[in-house]
Amino acid sequence: MKDTIIKILGQFPQNNRGSLIPLLQKVQNLEGYISSDAIHAISTHLRVSRSTIYGVSSFYSQFRFNPPGRNSIKICLGTACHVQGGDFLLNALSLEIGIKPGETTEDKRFDLERVACLGCCALAPVMMINNNIHSRMSVIKLREILNRYA
Amino acid sequence: MEQTKVIVGLGSCGIAAGAKKVYNKIKALKETKDLGFELKKTSCIGMCYREPLVEVVDDSGSYLYGDIDEEKAIEIIEKHINQHDPVREYIIHSDMFETEDDEYLKDQVKIVLRNCGYIDPENIEEYEARNGYRAIKKIAGQRISRMDIIQIILSSGIRGRGGGGFPTGLKWKFAYDSKADDKYIICNADEGDPGAFMDRSVLEGDPHSVLEGMIIGAYAIEANGGVIYCRAEYPLAIKRLTIAIEQARAKGYLGKNILGIDGFNFDIYIKEGAGAFVCGEETALIASVEGERGMPRKRPPFPASSGLWKKPTNINNVETFANIPWIIMNGAEAYAKYGTEKSKGTKVFALAGKIKRSGLVEVPMGISIRDVIFKLGGGIRGNKKFKAVQMGGPSGGCIPEYLADTIVDYDSVNATGAIMGSGGMVVMDEDTCMVDIAKFFLDFTQKESCGKCTFCRIGTKRMLEILTRITEGKGEMSDIEKLEELAYEIKDNSLCGLGQTAPNPVLTTIKYFRDEYEAHIRDKKCPAKVCKSLLTYEVDPEKCTGCTVCARNCPADAIDGEKKEVHFIRQEDCIKCGMCYTKCKFDAIKLS
Repeated sequence: MKDTIIKILGQFPQNNRGSLIPLLQKVQNLEGYISSDAIHAISTHLRVSRSTIYGVSSFYSQFRFNPPGRNSIKICLGTACHVQGGDFLLNALSLEIGIKPGETTEDKRFDLERVACLGCCALAPVMMINNNIHSRMSVIKLREILNRYA
Repeated sequence: MEQTKVIVGLGSCGIAAGAKKVYNKIKALKETKDLGFELKKTSCIGMCYREPLVEVVDDSGSYLYGDIDEEKAIEIIEKHINQHDPVREYIIHSDMFETEDDEYLKDQVKIVLRNCGYIDPENIEEYEARNGYRAIKKIAGQRISRMDIIQIILSSGIRGRGGGGFPTGLKWKFAYDSKADDKYIICNADEGDPGAFMDRSVLEGDPHSVLEGMIIGAYAIEANGGVIYCRAEYPLAIKRLTIAIEQARAKGYLGKNILGIDGFNFDIYIKEGAGAFVCGEETALIASVEGERGMPRKRPPFPASSGLWKKPTNINNVETFANIPWIIMNGAEAYAKYGTEKSKGTKVFALAGKIKRSGLVEVPMGISIRDVIFKLGGGIRGNKKFKAVQMGGPSGGCIPEYLADTIVDYDSVNATGAIMGSGGMVVMDEDTCMVDIAKFFLDFTQKESCGKCTFCRIGTKRMLEILTRITEGKGEMSDIEKLEELAYEIKDNSLCGLGQTAPNPVLTTIKYFRDEYEAHIRDKKCPAKVCKSLLTYEVDPEKCTGCTVCARNCPADAIDGEKKEVHFIRQEDCIKCGMCYTKCKFDAIKLS
């Protein structure tokens, strides 16, 4: 088992069901995703079955089970972004980097996800790369912005 | 003489629009030139359409500059700070003279947003300086009893601002009446409705007002544990809440024997959501905090008697909590002065979509939707025709133009088939297709359905399939009746609010825009020219000058043509993004 996971487990009391989601979040923050090794370790630590952990983590859209890219793109498809052409942007972005939502590029440079709303509706359409929000997006601005993320 | 202040708005919207660069530029100028002004941060003042915003407060008054970039910032520092000569053309609001943007602010009554954009949210002293934590001190100092507090909240008439509209005072009374050693108070900050961002703005701009509201609530119902369930998509809100909680602990507003009230022990921790819309429903939220899948359960028992860890629990929304300290300080009557008979106080609306001035407005209940959109919001962008406004997110509906004189209160909005919801108003113009909007929301609810109730899980999927085929020109006239039938079954047979309201966007669009459904089905046409399957983009050979702009901008490389020759769109590669249509200067792209 990886040292990072052992370290994270140490911060959470054993057998405490309530810390399952925060624990998963912490693992994903540091590791980038939830590996089957991590699920195994959490299961032993919290005394919760692996199937339950997988059941809980797959319920929430935040958790991923494969390694992410170096840069995570979240494209907003909330109502305001939708009426301002958010899905055109998603189409163009998909074409540009060659992946669909939920996937990671082969060179691991980008992964792509769709999110329901980033709460920046007044500046729609928006997308978030890592923790930076790019506002008033258009297909034209796309290439230049992607170039900033290696 | 007070020192001149330069205040930069650093909310999520502001930062997204480039406010951090502006802040850093001003900071660099101040340091390199050793300028004598105070540089401060604040959060969103609600004028998102003018971000980034910089305010200068000097001896003569206050001046709010809008649409600021680094160059404009240099000019403002040079002229306004160094030469005391405000740069009039960038000023969007001032207490010295009138501006066009005053209309946005004039009719607003700021109770919830009283501090947003005025204080540094990371500095507890600035909150305290604006009457902050005075309400809880008043309770401690005057020994106001728990029942009296609940009575004040009841008399104020405030109803749950998360969308439910249940009287807050009543909720508190139920939780107070349930006796137990441990009780919890939860702040629902899982703002999931796409198109609503007032909770984010309050958490980023004035987190202490929410904490104080929770502390008052905890005292009133005798809770000892507090949880803020906040969306993970709001990293800045979480950061500022974390800072605020630490500061409140250090000052003794959280902890043991708070403000010397013997036995009043209360603390708050943040629980990050993990991306599930259904967790905005209170029983699903509780399940999520307990580490389970966020699935709602049957009520009763209500959380007030058996909630988090089976203890009495009271859940209110961010905006509701932010109102509480103001009500305690100013009294129930002052609050109830605003609003209509059954909906008291103010409501924050998030204006977005095809509106000129988008952002947050706080208005008294009872104002008409038309006034919000046209007086405050300045009307429709690009002088297009106003078609409808979507209220209440995926649980709400579309209110057509001819009902725009409907006033905003819970009951009047419900009567249209929409709901007040959390207060998102997404404005739609003639270029918005109402069938597409209905499909958009069904796609959302279908994905977010937790799967517990058959009608919600499968019914929304079937509705989405029908809507999809209508937008692809494969619908039949009987589909409209099928949609309505399914809609009522889903509403009647779902356990929680998600399923009970999921069909609303479809029902309201059928009710008010049936002709658009019929055009898609009968004529195979999308009147608003949105539904891709029903559109083709073609080059008009008469008008095309061969300027190559379309080909260069086409993200799918689907346009062929040599310079100065007529271009051609390869239909099989066209993704129908509309880029060529918007870019062509010669009106040579035909849409049919």
